[in-house]
Amino acid sequence: MKKMLTCKQSAELVSQALDRRLGIGERLKLRLHLVFCAGCRNARQHLGFIREACASWMEHND
Amino acid sequence: MTEVDLQQSLAALRPQFLRFARLQLRSDAAAEDAVQDALLAAIEGAPGFGAAASVKTWAFSILRNKIVDEIRRRSREPSFSLPDQEDIGADVDALFAPDGHWAEMPASWGDPEQCLEQKRFWEIFEVCLTGVPVKPGRVFMMREFLGLGTEEICKELTISTSNCWVLLHRARLVLRECLALRWFNDPEMK
Repeated sequence: MKKMLTCKQSAELVSQALDRRLGIGERLKLRLHLVFCAGCRNARQHLGFIREACASWMEHND
Repeated sequence: MTEVDLQQSLAALRPQFLRFARLQLRSDAAAEDAVQDALLAAIEGAPGFGAAASVKTWAFSILRNKIVDEIRRRSREPSFSLPDQEDIGADVDALFAPDGHWAEMPASWGDPEQCLEQKRFWEIFEVCLTGVPVKPGRVFMMREFLGLGTEEICKELTISTSNCWVLLHRARLVLRECLALRWFNDPEMK
């Protein structure tokens, strides 16, 4: 991954951030991309919400 | 809590546990078995509980273990390592243009938390979960519903860590797309 991230690469990092601690370079590139990209900011919110929904399945489905 | 009380509170959990197990295992028979085993183990191992809430938490942790056992067993079957090598990522690729931009930009979901209170949302959520392809779906379930770390999942399924991340990413994007299409961006739902 060189220079600016594409949305596709950014989405990968957004997802991986839920599974591992990103490296400093990755975090900076991602942050920069998110500043300019509303689509990826939305996608990040969506993936966070999906995690939350899964975690609360038991609570909401009895 | 008497033994009869305990059996009654466990029996009351059965429908919800079955739904959970079906979602995880995608097989009625395997779900029945896992729930049966879990409830029996819960009755046998009951150390005497005060409240129904703690019975549920405890029985649920047994069920989760039974489901992980079943997934582990399945992952040793030869069919697990063979399929879908060729179509890996095709569903994710379709979401992006060749230059790496979103084919369709994800739109805002507003305040999605409020959906958690809606029964209809959970029905759609279940439909979308079931629509995730088998292999990414299995990894996703282990991660988000059974609470395993990626290292543990890799070990159980004998896949590499990076493969695990790819599969999780794929599951999340497919699920995101489905929820957007069938719930959040559907004018009839909002």
